Amino acid sequence: MSERYSSFEPGGRRWFWQRITAAFLLVVLAFHFFLLHFVWHAAEVTFALSAARMETLSYYLLMILFLITATFHGVNGVYNALINAGLSGQKRTAVKWTLVVASVVLVVQGVRTANAWAGISII
Amino acid sequence: MSQSFNRGLVEDFGRWREFSAGMWAWVFHKFTGWVLVGYLFTHIAVLSTALSGPAAYTNTITTLEGLLVVRVLEVGLLAVAVFHMLNGSRLLLVDLGVGLERQDVSFYASLILTGAIVVASVPTFMAGVSL
Repeated sequence: MSERYSSFEPGGRRWFWQRITAAFLLVVLAFHFFLLHFVWHAAEVTFALSAARMETLSYYLLMILFLITATFHGVNGVYNALINAGLSGQKRTAVKWTLVVASVVLVVQGVRTANAWAGISII
Repeated sequence: MSQSFNRGLVEDFGRWREFSAGMWAWVFHKFTGWVLVGYLFTHIAVLSTALSGPAAYTNTITTLEGLLVVRVLEVGLLAVAVFHMLNGSRLLLVDLGVGLERQDVSFYASLILTGAIVVASVPTFMAGVSL
């Protein structure tokens, strides 16, 4: 068996960035799971412990990058799955911009939450 | 160089008995992807209680983590995430031209490794919760 099964057109920009973000997410998601379930335990989570982590600049920046790449990877995956299933024309444009708006809302909300822990009051 | 393959109507699950390992991998990867993107939005929504203050956030997380159903769902999330990561690693390699001819073996290995990691993680994920 040598067929290649994918919702993505190989070589395209959406395919390329899906692969780049995948490689990043493999490492950071594993770190995230390990840190918050095995080093710390989910049941022990408090605002103070979350804040202590987020007040470290490198951790804060990593989590912001994690949020942006995870959002892109997830939403780009959904968009490509829908195109692969036949989405086209005006519906495709409408879905694209709905996903863009949803992504922006998610990232802004995530950054606001991270800022609440880090003690940053910008947005 | 790998070629894109016309799968036909893989969404027609009436044909599931004819699915090859690569097609199952594609179906599972898509399903776990939908679950994970849905969870991402839910995750940020729950964490956003931090915007209402320390007490609201701590109470929300503590209450959720005290529920058995949440712990079971977390184990399910781990299974979904680990499979998506392992199968995704496989896809990255296939796109680089590695293992295209051994997709069935690497897919089964992804499933077995996912099962092993999830089973080994159950005690940690269930620690401290009562019925």
